[in-house]
Amino acid sequence: MTENNNIVFTPERLAKVHEIIERYPEGKQKSALLPVLHIAQEQFAWMSQGVMDYVASLLHIQPVEVYEVASFYTMFHLEPVGKHVIEYCRTGPCVLMGGEEVFGHLQQKLGIKKGETTSDGLFTLKEVECLAACGWGPCFQIREKYYMHLNNQKVDEIIEELSK
Amino acid sequence: MSIKILTEHCSTPGIETFEVYRQKGGYVAVEKAVKKMTPEEVVEEVKKSGVRGRGGAGFPMGMKWSFLAKPEGIPRYLVCNADESEPGTFKDHYLMKTIPHLLIEGMIISSYALGANKSFIYVRGELMYVIRILEKAIEEAKAAGFLGKNILGSGYDLELIIQPGGGAYICGEETALLESLEGKRGNPRNKPPFPAVKGLYQSPTVVNNVESIATVSWIINNGGEAYAAVGVGKSTGTKLISASGHINKPGVYEIELGLSCDEFLNSDEYCGGVRTGHRLKAVVAGGSSVPIVPGALFLKNANGEDRLMSYESLSDGGFATGTMLGSGGFIAFDETACIVRNTWNFSRFYEHESCGQCSPCREGTGWMQKVLNRIEHGKGSMSDIDLLVDVSKKIEGNTICPLGDAAAWPVASAIRHFRDEFEWHIQHPLEATKAGAVYMGAVLV
Repeated sequence: MTENNNIVFTPERLAKVHEIIERYPEGKQKSALLPVLHIAQEQFAWMSQGVMDYVASLLHIQPVEVYEVASFYTMFHLEPVGKHVIEYCRTGPCVLMGGEEVFGHLQQKLGIKKGETTSDGLFTLKEVECLAACGWGPCFQIREKYYMHLNNQKVDEIIEELSK
Repeated sequence: MSIKILTEHCSTPGIETFEVYRQKGGYVAVEKAVKKMTPEEVVEEVKKSGVRGRGGAGFPMGMKWSFLAKPEGIPRYLVCNADESEPGTFKDHYLMKTIPHLLIEGMIISSYALGANKSFIYVRGELMYVIRILEKAIEEAKAAGFLGKNILGSGYDLELIIQPGGGAYICGEETALLESLEGKRGNPRNKPPFPAVKGLYQSPTVVNNVESIATVSWIINNGGEAYAAVGVGKSTGTKLISASGHINKPGVYEIELGLSCDEFLNSDEYCGGVRTGHRLKAVVAGGSSVPIVPGALFLKNANGEDRLMSYESLSDGGFATGTMLGSGGFIAFDETACIVRNTWNFSRFYEHESCGQCSPCREGTGWMQKVLNRIEHGKGSMSDIDLLVDVSKKIEGNTICPLGDAAAWPVASAIRHFRDEFEWHIQHPLEATKAGAVYMGAVLV
């Protein structure tokens, strides 16, 4: 277990975390793990060991119980990421709607491949599986926002907007 | 226009708010249930409706409810499965973001029927914006006295909790979902015991899909028999179909079960036909897991009779010539689609999503993906085709949960119906690997 004194939730987030922990039946506080990991990623951007140890201490569980969960669920970033993580769908229905071309264009535009981060630290590209928006594809997600019906021009506009 | 049980008010401005939803008759069913009906009477109406689980398995919901064990002094739980992740399926996403109170209302009545005082909606984590919408709806319902302590003075208490997932298809399997809800990896459990006996926190639990629970208010308002009068045979009621792929109007449509497949595909009320200027090659009727069939076998069964959008009609002919309604994830492929490439795409999905617990699935999904990869990239050999069939058979039925079957069926069915396309890829690697190359021998509709 690593000591990391810099990793502390903001007071608002800490209050939210305690509220979440309280909502499960007595003795079942481990249920709060996924919701708390989402809040942790919102604040700390990725799951460093320090962050996971901090979450374990809040839930009174062993650090390994956090590691095994954070590494099982693909939404949690196990490496540092850029300011905007673009998670684009590579699954069949989005491909039928032209996803391969659009996301090929996206990679060209940013000059990076899936799993990479731009040198200015602004964008990380992550390839994900079906986002449950098949009829509105091709689609990607940046944080909580879904971007749908994408084409090359829309991709350019989104990247330019986020680069400002 | 056909009957709309779930989507009647979806285009009403402001329907996501409690106020507008209430004006449209919302929460009347909660009043009726908790004030005038016993929990057993609610279960009875749902049983009479014949509504079947809309997540994909199609198991009668009332029967599932009646299996719930009720030992004294032990809490019971209702968990709504909103982990919608089956490729081609986006109906629950649509329903929750558009009319969140329909799900909340259904959860209240269903929880009352099952005697649950703490219920959960497990939503896939990617849909955090939908979680915010649902949380707002819960706050509104609570403020109006429909949630919390002593609902409408009935003495019934209910707390509703939204739980985010973390991006794992496997958590759509109900026991994996329960593991996940307990803060663990999403590894499906061995059954028995079934969740009805030992589910969440080892307590009796019912897990139902979003769309299933969303039907409950209508059933309580109109009666189970009225619901059963809609639809065809044992496919009662309506079904949300997520339509994607090469059609003119992708989107979510509510159909009365028993609608002809031809009308669903070609009518302007639904898909609006195959993309203009193109012809139908293949269909996945119920989400990526169900067998893919040639367009002709989607429209008519092997005897030449019109196929209907129902559990029975779509599976007519078994896997030899039929498919399944599944989750209602309808994907159309026109002549520009490459079946080999799509099968490889789906196999990558299942390899990625296998939890790794059972060897046949963990290893088999990887092998299928690798073999399909080499065929797609011009490095396959003719024996690879039978190898794929062999691997798929060794996965099917040999795993704790249905993900193994779900991974095997798309591969086995693609080879069953499009074997010549696989052979063409192997025999003409230079031609087949050109950008955009497609086998031209397929029978089109």
